[in-house]
Amino acid sequence: MDGRRENGRVPIFLDSFLPGLCYPPSVSTASPVHSSVIIRHSAIVRVTHWVTVVCFFALLITGAEIVVSHPRFYWGEVGNVLTRPLFTLPIPSSRDTVPTGYGYVMPDRNGWSRYLHFEAAWVLVLTGLVYAIAGLFTGHFLRNLLPVRGDRNWAAFRRVFAKSFRRAPPNQLESRSYNPVQRTAYLLVIFVLFPLVIWTGLALSPAFDSAVPLAVAALGGRQSARTLHFFISWLLVFFLVVHVAMIFLAGFWSRVQAMVTGRVVVSPEGK
Amino acid sequence: MKNISRRKLITSGLAATAGIAGLAAASRVARRYGLIPPDHGGIYGAGETLTYAAQRLLTRHSLAREFPRSMISKTPFANETAPPNDAFKRHQAVGFSDWRLAVDGMVANPASFSLSDLRSLPVHGQITEVVCEEGWSYIAEWIGTPLAGVLSAVGLLPQARYIVYFSIEPNWWESIDMADALHPQTFLTLGMNDGDLPVSFGGPLRMRVPRQLGYKSVKYITRIVATDSLKSFGKGLGSASPESGYAWYAGI
Repeated sequence: MDGRRENGRVPIFLDSFLPGLCYPPSVSTASPVHSSVIIRHSAIVRVTHWVTVVCFFALLITGAEIVVSHPRFYWGEVGNVLTRPLFTLPIPSSRDTVPTGYGYVMPDRNGWSRYLHFEAAWVLVLTGLVYAIAGLFTGHFLRNLLPVRGDRNWAAFRRVFAKSFRRAPPNQLESRSYNPVQRTAYLLVIFVLFPLVIWTGLALSPAFDSAVPLAVAALGGRQSARTLHFFISWLLVFFLVVHVAMIFLAGFWSRVQAMVTGRVVVSPEGK
Repeated sequence: MKNISRRKLITSGLAATAGIAGLAAASRVARRYGLIPPDHGGIYGAGETLTYAAQRLLTRHSLAREFPRSMISKTPFANETAPPNDAFKRHQAVGFSDWRLAVDGMVANPASFSLSDLRSLPVHGQITEVVCEEGWSYIAEWIGTPLAGVLSAVGLLPQARYIVYFSIEPNWWESIDMADALHPQTFLTLGMNDGDLPVSFGGPLRMRVPRQLGYKSVKYITRIVATDSLKSFGKGLGSASPESGYAWYAGI
């Protein structure tokens, strides 16, 4: 069977990126009534995925610790406890200079949180660069993430949503390839949310702003940048929650196994 | 399988060699150009070194953002400090007339400056933002004399690589590299918003390092030391901040 074309779809397995780490395109030629093992994720995708997972949790936890030291948000250039906030989080603070009304000061974790936040950010950015460069060279983005030509419309999106509202199990095709909603979500996370969260984070660095003042000016000031950094982080958390929920829906172990070993077992009925 | 292993072997061999050679070269270049921070050890050292090296390459001469007078904060926030010690109170009682700034270490002519000595040096103003690592900020006009001028007045020796500065309060000290020490916006600050520098904001004398977070802008400065190594200061991590868990470099 030619695994590359099915219902006019583009390739249904992900090629390995590096020649040295390449797996043969081992889509089974066995008769369709039997289960077959296909290569789902390339080595680069799997390694960068799990490094990103570790970094993301490190950034999330340390980011929360840093926010706790000043759980007030502002818009514009400046903001402090003497200025009116845009909003405040209903939590105690780790600093007694912040009037939270709780009469309780949380332990201060900013020191190691800031160290780890930036270290994890470096690993994430470098991993992202490897992923992006490899993805461009191998056509991963065009082939596996850009919705295929016939799917760039609302009808294709509606079909995916309708199917998941029926809680139908994934069919064989979906075990091999991403559906148009997945593709769009992944592209948004990779090319919109991650660049935005990096930009708004860098804009919080006074030294970086001295070299690239436009980085913070274009966001409307440093407190706006901080508030945007906070909201974009929440969008990434929202993606993570939906992503994990969909993995449970599709079959948790099968999908986790695919992202660890690269292989997924496809039975004729799907799964 | 045989074909793959040969190609794999050659590719990974080349990659590993290039990687090790690259790391060795990078570490030599980093040492040569002073891109390794004093707190480069431990589990966060790699990230800290990357941040410091990248920012130092990007920001060696860049100027902190300055703002129009109309953006000066009506409500600047003075972060809390420990209650002043007895030495500070004695100075405060006589209007800081006896306040001295000692400058020594790797300088040709160690000297001690009174506040009026400092005022007789070129005094400038800058409207810059104070940014706290917690997230809050305010803009003020800071009036003072550039640290670079004081260092040239005492004949800073070329082998000096760091400037260490001490508060009158015990265990409150920081250090900066020469890129920040000789930077035109690094001020020994004497005034704020067209008045004297209030005690709560670091008066009578505060180091102002506007390209770094507020905790590098130590209040109540009494001593400056030029040095080529931070090993003999405190625990050798560069300043009091890493000793309490905070990064030495605070440009981010």
